[in-house]
Amino acid sequence: MDLISDRGNRVTVEELNTSNLLKHAREQADRFGLDDILVVDVDSHHYEMEHLDEVLPFVENDVLKQLLMSNRAKGRGSLLPSETSFQDMGGRITRYPLRHSEKTGPGKHRDVQLGNRWMDALGVDYACLFPTQMLHVGLTTQPDLENNLCWAYNRWLTEKILPETDDRFFSMLCLPFNDPDASLRHVETFGGRKGVKGFCVTAIRTLPVHHNSYMKVYRAIEERGLALSFHSGTNSAEPLFKSLNRFATVHALGFPMYNILHMANWVTNALGERFPKLPVIWIEAGLAWIPFLMQRLDHEYMLRTSEYPGLRKPPSDYMRDMYYSSQPMEVTDMIQLESTFRMINAETQLLYASDYPHWDFDVPSSVLNLPFLSERAKHNILGGNAARLFDLKPRTAAQKKNLELHSRA
Amino acid sequence: MPETCVAKSDDLKDGDRVIVRIGRDEVGVFRHKGSLRAYSNYCLHAGGPACEGLIIAKVEERILPDKTSDGLYFSKDETHFVCPWHGYEYDLKTGECVGNRKLKLRSYEVIERGGDIIVVS
Repeated sequence: MDLISDRGNRVTVEELNTSNLLKHAREQADRFGLDDILVVDVDSHHYEMEHLDEVLPFVENDVLKQLLMSNRAKGRGSLLPSETSFQDMGGRITRYPLRHSEKTGPGKHRDVQLGNRWMDALGVDYACLFPTQMLHVGLTTQPDLENNLCWAYNRWLTEKILPETDDRFFSMLCLPFNDPDASLRHVETFGGRKGVKGFCVTAIRTLPVHHNSYMKVYRAIEERGLALSFHSGTNSAEPLFKSLNRFATVHALGFPMYNILHMANWVTNALGERFPKLPVIWIEAGLAWIPFLMQRLDHEYMLRTSEYPGLRKPPSDYMRDMYYSSQPMEVTDMIQLESTFRMINAETQLLYASDYPHWDFDVPSSVLNLPFLSERAKHNILGGNAARLFDLKPRTAAQKKNLELHSRA
Repeated sequence: MPETCVAKSDDLKDGDRVIVRIGRDEVGVFRHKGSLRAYSNYCLHAGGPACEGLIIAKVEERILPDKTSDGLYFSKDETHFVCPWHGYEYDLKTGECVGNRKLKLRSYEVIERGGDIIVVS
């Protein structure tokens, strides 16, 4: 297969094979003895758009189903608001253009086979599976469309994909957050299904997460002992970002900004006090934004305490009660990173995430190579914290021994 | 110095590359515009297969005398190879990481002798 290079030149490459592409990751896994360490990846992805023909039949509304399937059949337009940028950097990230060349065998669903390949290469035992394009579903102006798409995807995922994964994949299902009643229905319908460990607010939206209409949704998730996550993303159409002319800057600002927005509302309106047993996880925005927001909110809180009537401690303390996924970990200033780890109590609150197969994925060695971390912290960040949060069992005797050795208790 | 024959001269045409294991290292050997170069195939960022990705010209932005931008162009002089894991770019002539030229892939001497391409390690 040829990849297009500069001035139309072509570079011939073999078909994609994830195991081969990640051969060096497998070498790292062997070198670090990762098979003896429980590794949980709290943020991985698949490309549900590749399987829309399987997903769309689950759309409940007949009119919307016809609309979506007709659009699909004729190959016109896009289903969801599209990014104007190119994650694969003009083909430089070769697994994007080569993705369709990868062969899978009969038996399990293609996404399961591909997932197992990268998990085995990276040394990941369990992974939380999120969609890709569906993360932008909140941008639609049609709440019924969002509701139907979430419903269809969540049915397909829980009925067709997760049952084939031997429990190695789990998910936090996307909520149709433009519609609180529909969100509650999703929690009530899917909350007890196998492999469902929580629900996800696709964070590319500007709705007030503290609005009264959402309290019943949070309460339903908390009552079931499940987690709530905010999965961020990019949106070059965001008015604030309309001047950004590179994907890199849209990406650098977009992920943290949406999480900052929702976190600020979550903390300021004392949702941590209202739902003290609800684990909240902030996903895919890196870590550098957290110390900024902690300091900023604490400063405001001390000066304007009357605007935080629900809080019984500084905002940063509530932020330390929550969980953060590790990727993409900003490692260019190790002193700053160490300080960030201290500020978020990383040993108990940080959860390893790869984000594979997306372009800026992190391998487990991104945690293992950190010079300031204890062995105990490494084990907990890589899997121990997530194992306790999601009730995941070690897969081998060696993992069990390591988990017990490095347990927080 | 140990020498390893990595390919026959006829098998490595201009624009081609070959990935070989030499000792404990994995090495990418390129023939580009008549020159042979060899670098470690382990990306300095996360250990990805640095030499196995796209070979592509450097992207440049032309700034005119009045300081306005004339847009993006491919360089006529500088070629990069790109780690396919995350996009780290390396200068094909030097093995330097173009985002920080203090970072450099381990390089190897390459010689062509008697129809063989040989890496000296």
